[in-house]
Amino acid sequence: MDKRKNINNWKRHRIQALWALLTNSYLLGFIQGKIYKGRLKNLCVPGLNCYSCPGAVASCPIGAMQSVIGNWNFKFAFYIAGFLIFIGALVGRFACGWLCPFGLIQDLLNKIPFPKKIKTFRGDKLLRKLKYIILAIFVIILPMFLVDILGQGAPYFCKLICPAGTLEGGLPLVLLNKSMHSALGWLYTWKNTILIITVLLSIIIYRPFCKYICPLGAIYSVFNPISVFRYRIDKEACINCGKCANVCEMQIDPVKNVNHPECIHCGACKKACPVKAIN
Amino acid sequence: MIRRLHSSLPGILIAFVGLIMIIFGIYRGEMSVVLQKAINICMECIGIG
Repeated sequence: MDKRKNINNWKRHRIQALWALLTNSYLLGFIQGKIYKGRLKNLCVPGLNCYSCPGAVASCPIGAMQSVIGNWNFKFAFYIAGFLIFIGALVGRFACGWLCPFGLIQDLLNKIPFPKKIKTFRGDKLLRKLKYIILAIFVIILPMFLVDILGQGAPYFCKLICPAGTLEGGLPLVLLNKSMHSALGWLYTWKNTILIITVLLSIIIYRPFCKYICPLGAIYSVFNPISVFRYRIDKEACINCGKCANVCEMQIDPVKNVNHPECIHCGACKKACPVKAIN
Repeated sequence: MIRRLHSSLPGILIAFVGLIMIIFGIYRGEMSVVLQKAINICMECIGIG
């Protein structure tokens, strides 16, 4: 692993950390074990950031989408879908690479040394389609159709899968509120198990949650090829050295498809290119 | 420059559609549902509800 690649990554991590701090700046919440209740929560952040995190000052788009879809009064979330289309059409998965706190956590976990890091495996490409299935079933279909007697659907992705909610909301709130301890049950155990698996896998595989599970990444990935701010490759300047593909942690070959749906716009390929063919 | 603008046109148009959807969603009152969900601790999200 070359030194230059590490330096470049840390530059991105600083921006990720700054954004995570900015969008989780209600520090009083971490002291009091409460969440922010201000009007800023009308707005969504572009990344996966649980609104039940004590520090969160805005809403998680995936949680918000499920709550509107699951609301008996609406059944479709124009506001959130429009927001995700707007962000996706402008920057694609740049939001995943630079503005997602859970992406940053996985990035940092992957820096922990491990004897055998897994770059790819048999079935990797197929498994990456799983996030689209999770988006369709847990974020859209179940909240829309599996409703209670009042016609309200639950946020099934948040409830049954999301490890970001457990890490950012569940753990700090339960630790800071003794009154919640008596309410803990199988669901909390299940969600913590998913979180532990995600943490362990993140050490071995680069961003496993983003690659295989994240419904937000699934939405943004659709816009990668047409987003306004995207990579362009100068085919005439490219010398096909393969350095860009070698440094890509998402295992994409930019020469074949520079705006691949899996690209999180981390910029590693651009910096690795010796002839500056990617811009 | 013109070529680049031309290639960005689909993205710009779709972003505009997104913007229209945001405005329509706000007009329908979806924002209040988001706010109500976000200012109360989401028991499902944290693994209790």
